Amino acid sequence: MSAAPQKAKPGAEKIAVNVTAVVPLNDLVTRFEFQRSDGDLFPPFSGGAHTVVTMDDNGRHRLNPYSLMSDPADLTTYAISVRRDDEGRGGSLFMHRNVSVGDRMTITYPVNLFSLDLRARKHVFLAGGIGITPFMAMIAQLEHSNGNWELHYACRTPALGTYVDELRYKYPNKVHIYYDDQNQAIRLEDLLDGQPLGTNIYVCGPKGMIDWVHATASAAGWPDANVHSEEFLAPQPGEPFEVRLCKSDKTITVGEHESLLEAIERAGVEAPFLCRGGSCGQCETNVVSHDGTFVHRDHWLTEDQHASGEKIMPCVSRFAGKSLELDR
Amino acid sequence: MSKFEFPPSIKSRPVYGTLEARPGKGHLMIADADGAEAIMDIATPDLMAQTHIIYIPRGTDFADKLRSLNPAQFYEGPTYAASVSRIRRVLQDAHMGLQVYLAGTEGLMGQAQNEAMMAGIPHTAIQTEHRGSTARRMQCVHCKGITEDVETDPFVCSHCGLNLFVRDHYSRRLAAYQGVCIDAEDPGNVPAPKGIYE
Repeated sequence: MSAAPQKAKPGAEKIAVNVTAVVPLNDLVTRFEFQRSDGDLFPPFSGGAHTVVTMDDNGRHRLNPYSLMSDPADLTTYAISVRRDDEGRGGSLFMHRNVSVGDRMTITYPVNLFSLDLRARKHVFLAGGIGITPFMAMIAQLEHSNGNWELHYACRTPALGTYVDELRYKYPNKVHIYYDDQNQAIRLEDLLDGQPLGTNIYVCGPKGMIDWVHATASAAGWPDANVHSEEFLAPQPGEPFEVRLCKSDKTITVGEHESLLEAIERAGVEAPFLCRGGSCGQCETNVVSHDGTFVHRDHWLTEDQHASGEKIMPCVSRFAGKSLELDR
Repeated sequence: MSKFEFPPSIKSRPVYGTLEARPGKGHLMIADADGAEAIMDIATPDLMAQTHIIYIPRGTDFADKLRSLNPAQFYEGPTYAASVSRIRRVLQDAHMGLQVYLAGTEGLMGQAQNEAMMAGIPHTAIQTEHRGSTARRMQCVHCKGITEDVETDPFVCSHCGLNLFVRDHYSRRLAAYQGVCIDAEDPGNVPAPKGIYE
């Protein structure tokens, strides 16, 4: 048994769990807590890790990644906090509506694509909305080793400030909150100015926020290696299209509201994956031939690879055109 | 002096680039000997207004030329060892947004890079440009003594006197290449020394 990512296997190892708590935090966000069904301890994880939750939605399997936000030192419980997305594909709605205490579910071993750089002299966290979740675990981890950190957390309104009260109560001198509806904004240029050498910044939030942090830090002379970000993309709907899987000798149709990866899995073909959000690179698939246009949406392939038409990340990317043949 | 093209080697061997001015809140340039020319190649009045130059001439006469660029601060040191306390102090007071530029010999760049890394700058963010002597800073793997400015292979360890073979195996931590006894099996059977790149 190994938690290490293994090429060509579909996903990390799985763990059967029971839902032990469902805690609504505000209008949009609910925390779900899990314990292992076999009563054992969970595998250790580090702050920033995520798990992929399998949801059995009337026979349809949904697999969504969520950051683990519980204390990494507590291996009896894993917790995730899920923001309800009424316009999304239904995974978060399923969690909010259908999951209750006592349910049995399957989650994967943790995978960390957003870990702390423990060489850093100081850690500055920038969270936007539900982007607070990985930082909850990172903060708990750093507190155990008396780490040097501060949090700048932008929320829409006080009512939607997930974990604001808890964070402010526990760490009054390290937590800074900014409310959009009170026209408060993170003054990033001032914040970056004068940080000690060896400071690392971490940003988790909407794409616009992530791009803004990378661009502002870069213009202020910060090395790329000191700026970390995580954004899970949800697959976007699109026109249905047909795909030939030549190794499996199957032709499948990708529906409007499903991803290419989900369509491949639905056809019973094992395809590797880890994050299902366009960042980890595990599901990278070779294109054998194509006649049409790719809709690349991942953070993994380079622009040249996107232009080459030789690779696709089926977790988030789509295709429009006459024919597509994949090496799968 | 024209730039030396290092032959292809193992992955352990450092690769040097060409300095370029990058956006930053402050600029620290450390150079020795012909490395001065790499600084002069990128110097502009705006850049120099935010630049601290630490320079070790090693017998060259570039110091006045660098001084005439009007950097915000200029320090001329007799040796690297005499300059290192100043380098440490500058890094200790520095903030994120500092750009570090190193130019000159491998020994100088390796040691200064080490100081910058220990101050918290990732080595991938430190710019380097090799100029001047291709002599190496060598560590004897037997006695651990460092011999500076080694030009021939093999050479005699300045500490323990063993005949050492010059390897491309490099230690970033020590800022030195590894020298290994060449006649351990057959003492006295030492090939005639020749230039490292001959």
